[in-house]
This record gives sequence, C-alpha cells and structure tokens, in this order.
Amino acid sequence: MLDKLKNKIDTYSLLRVFCAILIAYTCTIIIIFTFSKVPFTAMYKFFLGPFTSKRNFFNVVETAIPLLFAGLALNVIQKGGLTNLIADGALYMGAVIASVAAISLSLPKGIHAAVAIAMASLVGGLITLIPAIIKKFTGAWEMVVAIMLNTVFFYVGQYIINSKYLDEVAGYASYKFAKTSKLGHLISGTQMHYGFIIVIIVFILVYILMEKTLFGYDLKIVGVNMRYAKNAGINVFKVVMLSQFIGGCIAGMGGAVEVLGIYDRFLWVNQVSFVWDAILINILAGEKTANIPLTAFFFSFIRVGAGIMSRGTDLDQEIVAIIQAIIIFLVSAERFMYTYKIKREQKAALMEKDRILTQQQTEVL
Amino acid sequence: MENLLEVKDVTKIYPGGVVANYKVKFTVREGEIHALVGENGAGKSTLMKMLFGFEDMTEGEFFFKGKKVHFTSSKDAIENGIGMVHQHFMLVPSFTVSENLTLGSEENFLKVFINEKKCRQATLEIADKYGFSIDVDKKVRDISVGMKQKLEILKVLYRGAKLIILDEPTAVLTPQETKELFEQLLILKSMKYTIIFISHKLDEVKYLCDRLTILKQGRSMGTYDVDQLTQLEISELMVGREIQFNYEKPEQQYGEAVLAVKDIKYVDKFGIDKLKGVSFKLREGEILGLAGVEGNGQSEVISIITGELKQDHGSVFAFNEDITNLKIADRREKGLANVPEDRMEDGCAQTLSVMDNLVTINIHHFIKHKMILDFKKMRTYAKELIKNFDILCKNEDQEIKRLSGGNIQKTIVAREFSLEKPILIINQPTRGIDVGSIEFIHKKILEKRHNGDSILLSSADLGELMALSDRILVFFKGEIVANIADVKHISEAELGLYMLGLKRDENSVLEGVSYAG
Repeated sequence: MLDKLKNKIDTYSLLRVFCAILIAYTCTIIIIFTFSKVPFTAMYKFFLGPFTSKRNFFNVVETAIPLLFAGLALNVIQKGGLTNLIADGALYMGAVIASVAAISLSLPKGIHAAVAIAMASLVGGLITLIPAIIKKFTGAWEMVVAIMLNTVFFYVGQYIINSKYLDEVAGYASYKFAKTSKLGHLISGTQMHYGFIIVIIVFILVYILMEKTLFGYDLKIVGVNMRYAKNAGINVFKVVMLSQFIGGCIAGMGGAVEVLGIYDRFLWVNQVSFVWDAILINILAGEKTANIPLTAFFFSFIRVGAGIMSRGTDLDQEIVAIIQAIIIFLVSAERFMYTYKIKREQKAALMEKDRILTQQQTEVL
Repeated sequence: MENLLEVKDVTKIYPGGVVANYKVKFTVREGEIHALVGENGAGKSTLMKMLFGFEDMTEGEFFFKGKKVHFTSSKDAIENGIGMVHQHFMLVPSFTVSENLTLGSEENFLKVFINEKKCRQATLEIADKYGFSIDVDKKVRDISVGMKQKLEILKVLYRGAKLIILDEPTAVLTPQETKELFEQLLILKSMKYTIIFISHKLDEVKYLCDRLTILKQGRSMGTYDVDQLTQLEISELMVGREIQFNYEKPEQQYGEAVLAVKDIKYVDKFGIDKLKGVSFKLREGEILGLAGVEGNGQSEVISIITGELKQDHGSVFAFNEDITNLKIADRREKGLANVPEDRMEDGCAQTLSVMDNLVTINIHHFIKHKMILDFKKMRTYAKELIKNFDILCKNEDQEIKRLSGGNIQKTIVAREFSLEKPILIINQPTRGIDVGSIEFIHKKILEKRHNGDSILLSSADLGELMALSDRILVFFKGEIVANIADVKHISEAELGLYMLGLKRDENSVLEGVSYAG
C-alpha cells in the first residue's frame, strides 16, 4: 500500500513546489521586515488573519469559488493541447447572460437560478469554441484570438447590459435580480453562498470526466502526443472541440455563480481577469485536476491574508503579487533544481548502457 | 596529413536519460572529406551539433587544430572556423539571397547601418570565388532547393569556416542537384577545405568521401578508408549484428490477396517523386518484406497504407474493399494494425503510463457502464500483456518513456499484436534495440504468421528482412525493381545489387501483382 502511494507521488515535482513556496515566503518575510514598522503584527495578520474570525475564514472559501471555476475550466481546455485563454470572455458573458436571465425571467426559486446558470454555461461553451475553430480552419494562434475576443466579449456584455438592463437610478448597475434567482447563503453571518456546493460538484464531475472516462482518456492521449493519437485512430478534432466546449461551460457557469451568489445587480464595469489566475493555479497544480482545489484555496488564502494585513497595518496587499510571481517563476522555470534531476537521470542512463554493453559482449563470447 | 579535429570519448545524454552518444571517438584529417554514416537515430547529428555549440555535451572532449575546444554557441564555433549546414535549412524566406548570406555578419557602417550595396557585392564576389552560380537578388522563398543548399554552403564559407559540416545535404536534392553539389564539394576539397559529410546514402559516401566513421546506436564502430570497405560491409557495420538470425519457418499455404495497392504515386513537399506508380499484393498468411536503401519510398508506401499519408494517385484495397478514402480509425476497424517506424513520435504517448499505452486502440473494450472506464479490467489486461510480452518495467503505472527502447517497442508490439487483427503493417520493428528484444519480437512476428495472419514488413536490417520474409519486394527510387519469391536462395549481395539499382527484374514484379484476390 505504501509502495503504491510512493509510486504515485512524483517526489521531484513535490520537492520543487515545496522549495518554491518556501523561497517565496522567505522573500515575503524579508520584505515585511524591511518595509513595515510593525512586522510581527503584519506577519501575524498575513499568515493567521484568515483564521481569526468566522467571516474571514469563509471569505477564503468564497474567494476561492471563482478561482476554482476558472482553474477547472482552463484545466479541461489545456488538456487538449490548446492555449485557449478565452475563459475571461466566457466567464464575463456567463455573468451577463445569467444577469439577464435573473432580471427578465420569472420562475420559481431554485429553478430560476438553475435556468440562468444553464444558459450562462451554454453561452460560455459556445464562446470558447470560437478560437479553436478559427485555429482549425485558418491556423491563427488560438491564444492571440482568445485574448482579443476577451475584450470583444467584454464590450458585447457591456452593450447588452447598458442598452436594455441599466438601472438609471442605481448608476452603473443593472436592475435588481429577481429574488428567486439568487443562490442564497449557506452559512449565516458570512458571504458564503450555495455556489460552493455547485463548484464542489463541478470539481467532482470534472475529475471523473478527466480520470475515469473514455473521453478523458482520449483527451489525455491527444494532449500528450497528437501524432500518436491520430495513428491510434482517435478523432482528434472531435475530442479537442468537446474539451473546449466543456471548459467554456465551466467558465460560463463560474461567471453566473459569482454574480448570482454575491451580488444583487450586475456591477462588473471592468474587464475581469480570472484566466491569468487560472494559469497560475494550473501551473502550481502541475496541470493535475485533483490538485486544483488545493492550489485555488492556497491562492485564495494568501489573497485574503494580504487583504487583512493591508487593512490592519501599513503594508499594501500588492505583496500577494510578489509571492505569486516568485512561486510561479520558480515552479514554471524548468531549470529550477534541474541539475539535481538531470544528474540522477544521467547516472542511471550510463549504468544501463554499461550493463547492456557488457551483456552484449558476454553474449558474443 | 594532420589531424584537424579529434573527438574523444564524447557522451551525450538527453533529458529523460536517452543516451544519444556514448564515448564516441574519431579523428578528421585536414583537407579530407570525412563521412559520418549511421542509421537514423545513431547519433550523427547530435554529435555534430555538440561540436558546433548547438547542444551541451555530457562528457568528453573535442580537439580542434590540436587545441581543446568547447563551444557554448554556434557563434563561437563559427569564429573558430567551423561551419555547419543543417539538415533543415536555416534561411529567412522573405529575405534575398545576399541578405541571407550576410545576415549576422553584414558589411556595416559604425555597427549600426547595413551597407546593402557592399553586402550584395560581397555575395557576388564569394559566389564567383568558389564558382557557385547563384541569383543574389532573388528572395529565398523563390529559389530552388538546390540553390538554397548552395546558399547555405556559401554562408558558411563567407564566415570563414575551414571545417564544414554537412548534415544529410542530399536528402532534399534531385539527382542532378546532388551531382552538382558533389562537384562543388570536390572543388572545395581541392582548395584545402575539410568537410564532414553526414549521410546514410552509401553510394554517395563511396563516391565522394576519403574516409568514413560509422556510428551505431550512439557508439563509433571505427574509422576506415572508403576503399577499404564495400558498401555491403559498411551497411553491415551500420546495422549489423554479430548474431545471425536463423529461424525455423514451417511451410505455409498462402491464401488469396488480403491487401493490395494499385498504382500509388506520391510527390513529397520538396517536389521529389517518392513513389512512381507502385502496385503489389499481400497474400493471406505470408510475410512480405519491403527492402530498399532508406528513402527509396518504402516508408511512404507504408504510411499511405496505414492512412497517415495521402497519396496523389492510386488506391488501396483490404479484403477486396476500397479503403483509399477511409480514416485511420476506420482502416483499423477493417482489420489493420500497425507498428510505426518512429516509436516515440507515432508509437506512444511518452509521459503516460505503460498501461495507458497498452490500451489505446482497444480502449472501447474497457467501458464499464456508459462512459466510465473499468480500470480493474484494464489493469488485469495490462499486467497480462506485460507478462506475455516480457516487458521490463517497475509496474504498469510507470511512465513509458522511462523504459528502454527495447521495452518501449515491445509495449507497442504488444498493443498492436494482441488484437487479433488479420493484417499487420510493421515498419522497422527492431531499430536500435537490444538483441534480446529483437529475437523476442521476431518470435512474435513468426507466431502471427503461423496463426495465418498477413504481415507487411519494412526494415533497414537486411538480415532481419531475409530471416523473416517469405517474399521480398525491393524498392529503388520510388519503384519496385524486384519481387523475390525465393528468399531462401538469394544472397545478401544479390539483394544489395537490386537495392542499389544495379539490377532489375521486371517479370517478377508483374508476377507479384497477378496473385488472385
């Protein structure tokens, strides 16, 4: 049993991530001591702040919800080998569509939210197909197309809200959502909403889809080696498109859950940028679906901690960016602790070659 | 003559533990054309890239002009008088010939402004000096492949190289262009330039070079004068093994043709005729070998049959059914299985487990209910194949790229052979793997024959081909030049004559397409 576990864990990757986080935290502590007049208070608030009250603690969970949606969406999208970064556009439009549904439909409680989320998912999925289709038929790089479309869909969303659903009285906000469309609070005294349950269900479904199903298997093969996938007779186009659609659905759903869970009106007048966070989450998770909740919560934790610190001390919460940057830089830098790995590999390879050569010689004799 | 270059115990290990070169040693004399020959993947290019500063070496030393050198970039190497022409052209298509030639070392003013006129002048001068006729003002995208090759060589000369490395320069050239290139190389030789010529085309090596070094599986197999060895002896050293294959093959009745290709034509992206109307039939229960020096069309015809490549003309039939327009998956459905030539690129998903790689083509057998996979069943199946095919691995969850070449190949063979498909298409089944694995795979191929399955086998290893095949088709320049039905009574030497295009047997070829079915 222990052996089995040992085989499953990639010690090298784990060690790398651990060292990266350690270095990042060391740097943070140095920065805190350099710039703060109250370094110990700052450190206390930064590391332990999230545990000091019920509200703070659930704030971590609630911040993690959209990160999780975006992270899962990108995970599915990237598994097919495409860097389709349209999750922001999909998430934003998901939020817009859900808001429209929340304002204009009248349905019973629960069903109303479900319909709004379903519509948002569908739109998110369709949007995410666009860069992949353009790539297929014109060869344009999906990443550039996606980033441009993120802006396009932001303005499309703004147009939809501004032209029909803008509440003149409330300033730059939409009309109020129907009460029936709200997700409702899970725990009183906090902002925690039922979106948490939804995201957990989505995570479990994505995990099953990726690890346990035929589709997940095919997608894995396509992502690792497309030529091999073709040779084995896998319908690469279908698998890739389906993965884009599913990923887009998750992003759209994320947008819907966020607005219906937290807000009463549509308030997003700036472009959202969850997709970059999603990239960070995926890098730190080693692209493994199972690790995504952990890394999403980790990012949420340092963010909330930094927020608490900035409100209570003389330090700014932008310190988060430094930690994130260091961790991601080190984890994604292929050469970080690379010599350690390569030396081990070379030694093993040379021994193997020597063994084969002596074996061949004895056979000849 | 003095030694210009000395390679001493050079070892290269790529990430992932792939040994590309292992203690390679040889010397190159000043003013000679020195051939570096070996099969694909023998480590020729890697070795030269290390010398040229393109790749780091793991261990070993290079001595150039008697001094120990270690170049960390190609710029270093160029400054020391070494130039390399890569297998794939390194040119800017939208720049003119003279712009490409002077790129990076332009005639300049204050290191800021390029003097285009002078650049053009320099190009004309250098082309004239070496007798290369080249159109200096044309954009590189508009000139022929042969012209690009010349430009690459001029580029190297312009930068003052005394040692020129050519990595398979004739791979993309037509015969006329090849001839012209050789003339120019001989002129350079007479001007005291030293040339390292990487190739696996032995007739070219024989014609052009003074000495040759043979690489096999990353090791040097010795340096010889070209006159010392015949082409056959060279090829034996390249692929040769000390072990002779001698298998007991029971007599077998062949059935009707199960696979037929009709008049296949194919022109590659360089505009070279790779297949000029090839037709043949594979009968039930036979092993049909495809022989030929590499690059004479065998690989292409196999890719066309498996559906990987689209032919320009002609059709493919399996069990009398036209499969010409079917997708790869549908061809597999019709009863084809294939072991691809390039096991890492086409044969496996490198970072996935052995188990994942064993079930790719029959994954549908492991569906429990709806879309959910039955991992228990899959694991049992993988364990069984690992046992039956003697695949050496920690367990079925180990990443496949961690295995040795022989075990990766056995995994691929296990996957393709265990599905009871009646037509097996096998390309280079044992290239670069250990003797134990080779014999094991041969045994499995013969088992398949005994089972009545039909096998199309292409291999660069003549010993292997002759030991396994019931019949051999010889390819030369995109045509079948002989259909050898009596493999037992033909010598390697005679087969060699067909492969080099020195002998043809048209009647036997016609007979080969007349089988029933």
